[in-house]
Amino acid sequence: MINFDYQRASSAKAAVDAKAKSASSQFIAGGTNLVDLMKKGVTAPDKLIDINGMPLKQITADSKGITIGALVTNSEVAEHPLIKTKYPLLAQAINAGASAQLRNMATVGGNIMQRTRCSYFYDITMPCNKREPGTGCAAIGGQNRMHAIFGTSDKCIAVHPSDMCVALAALDATVHITGPKGDRKILFTDFHRLPGDTPELDNTMQKGELITGVYIAANSFNKFHYLKIRDRTSYAFALVSVAVALEISGGNISNAKLAMGGVAHKPWRLTAVEKFVMGKPANKETFAAAANMAMEGATTFGQNNFKIKMGKAAVTEALQQASQKI
Amino acid sequence: MPEQDQTPQGPVGNSRRDFLKKSTAIAALSIASPVLAKAAENDEKIAALFEQMPLKLEVNGVVHTLSVEPRVTLLDLLREQLHLMGTKKGCDHGQCGACTVHVDGKRINSCLSLAVMNEGKKITTIEGLANGDNLHPMQEAFIKHDGFQCGYCTPGQIMSAVCCVKEGHANTPDEIREYMSGNICRCGAYPNIVDAILEVKKGGQSL
Repeated sequence: MINFDYQRASSAKAAVDAKAKSASSQFIAGGTNLVDLMKKGVTAPDKLIDINGMPLKQITADSKGITIGALVTNSEVAEHPLIKTKYPLLAQAINAGASAQLRNMATVGGNIMQRTRCSYFYDITMPCNKREPGTGCAAIGGQNRMHAIFGTSDKCIAVHPSDMCVALAALDATVHITGPKGDRKILFTDFHRLPGDTPELDNTMQKGELITGVYIAANSFNKFHYLKIRDRTSYAFALVSVAVALEISGGNISNAKLAMGGVAHKPWRLTAVEKFVMGKPANKETFAAAANMAMEGATTFGQNNFKIKMGKAAVTEALQQASQKI
Repeated sequence: MPEQDQTPQGPVGNSRRDFLKKSTAIAALSIASPVLAKAAENDEKIAALFEQMPLKLEVNGVVHTLSVEPRVTLLDLLREQLHLMGTKKGCDHGQCGACTVHVDGKRINSCLSLAVMNEGKKITTIEGLANGDNLHPMQEAFIKHDGFQCGYCTPGQIMSAVCCVKEGHANTPDEIREYMSGNICRCGAYPNIVDAILEVKKGGQSL
């Protein structure tokens, strides 16, 4: 690993000021993605600003919703009684990701900020527009079994690997941010971006900004399921994942939120499907039609052609599983 | 505890970076010149002095006051500076779990944790698990159930297993397999590892 300067920041002001002073500095929280990228030589910041001393480790709730501090670890969120009872989709998604050790280190802010990536992004001997803009995309025409089928560009077909973020996208969370120009909020679905012509940008954060927390409004959903399909039973990235939140009353779907992971450069919300299932009976016919609709417009790259069939099956199964939950 | 927002002492930033680049350039030339090689060696020694950060942490009940480069991981600190070789380096990328240690009672991958980020923390490694000559119940169970073959992953497996039980995630074989998935065993001792953990869980001893 190339050496770097290290500085601790215990307040938002100290963190933002330190970042402004060094153009190639990066914030570090859990470090599970950043340290790995630094070891591989994918990124080499001049300075790391350790924000673990910042007071962002609280989960606070009221009748309107819940705010999770950016430095709460993934395992703390998943084990929190309020999250388990009121937002079980989030707990389920988090526990589907990484390993127990990594979830103890990784923070909510860091999970959101982990790089959208693929194996070519990690391999510094290969072209990658995300790592080195203008060098080309080795995944298009290369090993692309894990790659995106929605929202791709001819510059990048990598996927955002987070499970937590798929649930947060489905639950219409809001990301709270601070920065040189003050505080602001970004809707979760607007936070991550599609690659377009600038795949080096994973999200819509501005230079020097920092996530301080995530807010999820209280909701009336009564059925949830997070389905993750992967190469081994545990501790692997999703080939395809589906987050479902349903409100079912009298056998009909009165409200629905769906998002997919493993299929796009960002958590992929299925807004057309949500509209389609509203008011329809929660049965196999509705679920099958919804699954067909979910996969409309998919573009595949050879090795990931299977994701269309798998995606349909996964959406059907996730809806089925959610609807059967008590 | 040191003050917050501290910065490393001595020449830092661009000057240090340029200095290191220069050192590397000299090292490249040194193939042809023993004199330059010696100069490069001295440069690196001086550079090493610039890089150090003060660090105080507790490992297996012993408080250490150290100086480390920011890039040193907790794993490398344990193995190379504190000579605690029980914690193993497997993949060095958080994928195998061989480096699992407890930090303030929680299991983590020490290969992905920078040592300087553990200021004031209490670290427990496999060397700190036994009580004198009395093995920890999990160590006993791994021996009894033959929970290893080559043994390389075993320190990480045991450290992870202790937390798996403490966290309350060892109620069924399936739950154990799920919550132990961050520890890879290439010999395939998994069935015996699950048996060992189940026995400790059922024994109900205080871990």
